[in-house]
Amino acid sequence: MKIVKIIAIVLLVTFVGIQFIPTTRNQSDSVPSTDFMLVNNVPKNIQNKLQISCYDCHSNNTQYPWYNKVQPVAWFLEDHIKEGKAELNFNEWNSLSTRRKTSKLRSIIKQIENGEMPLDSYTFIHRDARFSEAEAEEIINWVTQLKDSL
Amino acid sequence: MKKLKMSIATMLLLVVSFTNAQEKEKMKMDHKMDHGKMMNMNSDPKAEAILNDYFSLKDALVADDSKKAAQEGTKLVASLKAFDTSSYTKEQQEELADIIEDATEHSEHIAESAIDHQREHFKTLSKDITDMVAITGTKNTLYQQFCPMYDKGSAWLSTDNEIRNPYYGSRMLKCGKVQKTIQ
Repeated sequence: MKIVKIIAIVLLVTFVGIQFIPTTRNQSDSVPSTDFMLVNNVPKNIQNKLQISCYDCHSNNTQYPWYNKVQPVAWFLEDHIKEGKAELNFNEWNSLSTRRKTSKLRSIIKQIENGEMPLDSYTFIHRDARFSEAEAEEIINWVTQLKDSL
Repeated sequence: MKKLKMSIATMLLLVVSFTNAQEKEKMKMDHKMDHGKMMNMNSDPKAEAILNDYFSLKDALVADDSKKAAQEGTKLVASLKAFDTSSYTKEQQEELADIIEDATEHSEHIAESAIDHQREHFKTLSKDITDMVAITGTKNTLYQQFCPMYDKGSAWLSTDNEIRNPYYGSRMLKCGKVQKTIQ
């Protein structure tokens, strides 16, 4: 019984302790003029969906709900944001060449088609980021249109 | 006397035909040189290295060998990085840099993905490599081949005009046709 208590205390102390380790927040007040939404004529509902489902990891500004500020969730998220932004940053969309844009749009379509994005680990806690089948189809159709118009 | 005249005439004829032949030979040589120069200009060893890796990658996909394809993807990242655009015009340099950047990203993904994903990236990679060859040229004859079934139609390059489909591998090895010959 005593050992259980000790383990519980150690875990609690560690949990509280790691909260003090700083993480870099991915936050920015300004939206650059190269942003995807600013240079493309994106329908409102698709804008919303992209904002909720993609922008947390694929832009310079993450919406942090309370649980994303708690370690070790914050670490996990930090890593994903870094990787996500390296792959695609919607804020810097217009700095890409036509070739790169076409390439990215094709990847977006494939990722959504294959259900790889948004990540399961993300939608697990972020329920509203999930795409319904109809939403996925709508986005894919719109993105395909955009790709073909480039 | 008649004999002498005949031999002079024959000599003259010979000389004329000889110079004529020489002229022709020279023209042929000129033509060849022109061609040679073009070939030389159209063969960039660093671009050939990229093409070689691309073809190895294609062969791995034809063989449904995801592991090998991943290795070739890694090699391609390296040969793309080694590419030197300095001998091209400014405009070409810009386009090549763009192509290389895009191709590198796809190769990186190929280096770390499962086969379905590798094939998705191979499609865009093939477009990049085709655009690269349009600028750099190549010493080999290439065949642009096309499979109408994969992802609403997808092309790739091969050194062999016989179809070996990298998008389907053994599932549909011979699906496709030669779309264009690149020389």
